[in-house]
Amino acid sequence: MRLSGRNLKCVRGGREVFSGLDLSAVAGEALAITGPNGSGKTSLLRVLAGLLVPAEGSIALEGGDAELSLPEQAHYLGHRDALKPALSVAENLSFWRDFLGGETRDAGQCLVAVALDHAAHLPAAYLSAGQRRRLSIARLLSVRRPVWLLDEPTSALDAAGQALFVGLMRDHLASGGLIVAATHLPLGIDARDLRMGGAA
Amino acid sequence: MSALAALIRRDIRIALRVGGGALIGVLFFLTVTVLMPFAVGPDLALLSRLGPAILWLGALLASLLTLDRLFTADHEDGSLDLIVMSRTPLELACAAKALAHWIAAGLPLIIATPILGLLLNLDGTATLAVAATLLAGTPALTFTGMIGAALAVTLHRGGLLLAVLVLPLSIPVLIFGVAASQAAISGPLPFGTPFSILCALSLASLVIGPFAAAASLRHGLD
Repeated sequence: MRLSGRNLKCVRGGREVFSGLDLSAVAGEALAITGPNGSGKTSLLRVLAGLLVPAEGSIALEGGDAELSLPEQAHYLGHRDALKPALSVAENLSFWRDFLGGETRDAGQCLVAVALDHAAHLPAAYLSAGQRRRLSIARLLSVRRPVWLLDEPTSALDAAGQALFVGLMRDHLASGGLIVAATHLPLGIDARDLRMGGAA
Repeated sequence: MSALAALIRRDIRIALRVGGGALIGVLFFLTVTVLMPFAVGPDLALLSRLGPAILWLGALLASLLTLDRLFTADHEDGSLDLIVMSRTPLELACAAKALAHWIAAGLPLIIATPILGLLLNLDGTATLAVAATLLAGTPALTFTGMIGAALAVTLHRGGLLLAVLVLPLSIPVLIFGVAASQAAISGPLPFGTPFSILCALSLASLVIGPFAAAASLRHGLD
């Protein structure tokens, strides 16, 4: 499987965020997008997730499911964690598992994998920022998607959480997955670097 | 199918829990209807003549009150991004959300109608007629309102804009809803004529609403 973007250009609010950007990643590989604030890391991820339309250029995923588009084969872990405060931890996770569909895993197991099983019945409103992040990560595990698009995935995680997430990313890559992550901190896994912005 | 069922279940569950919108609409409906006899005065004949119109206005405003949160809540917490990316067509997801909203916020209004009818001196037939027209007409309010909710999704405090956008679309529903109720009470028109137009309005909005909402959601994402 190969994810490639060619000559991508993104314009937001009349301002060019980036242009002429090429990227590629193959199965089992992680791509770390780095760069200063405002250099377009999040915009690039949202373009890949199909949430922003690129002004120019094309994106292709070869070797995936031909019936599905790239966004349909991708997980997006953004700044906002898509959790409903009124629902419990387990309800939040089960909803996304049922709604996203496809190849799913037991929600309980996924909560154990992110060490959140003790809080399964707690409303999500009472979770700390790090616990919310862990619950979002559990969503990546509950439904299998080959492409992970991660935006600052380790923010708010403690040292144990970061180590745990590194292990999960390794497992995902080993099973033929592909990761594109925007990050300021070292990911902790072998990743190819895509530097954005610079002076801009 | 299970994806849509999951979405409907989740939205109803959120609406019924603390901070959800389900009861707010009914309380507003109750307030409007209870205050009306005090404003109009103790003329029972006048009250029962105005009754259907008052109930319809109350239900219309109550459903507008809760509609603005239909997509904003999901937009603010990032859920909408995942819904757009998912394998479920956005049109169906919009229809499921509107259906869940109608079940959680529209049905309680209809259930409350017989009790509120008593306050307006409506007899059994009149109350039944109003409840039947509300049952046929409120889906149209929800599904056209959804278009406005989708247009206003990226705006903060888009509630007022929603009202301005949606009210013109709800006027035909209001006209035929009240006309059908009046026809059942006093005639001279047969009940069936305005009632079938009301049903037609609901069916048309059931088809147009999800497509228009999905289109404006796709366009408005940023």
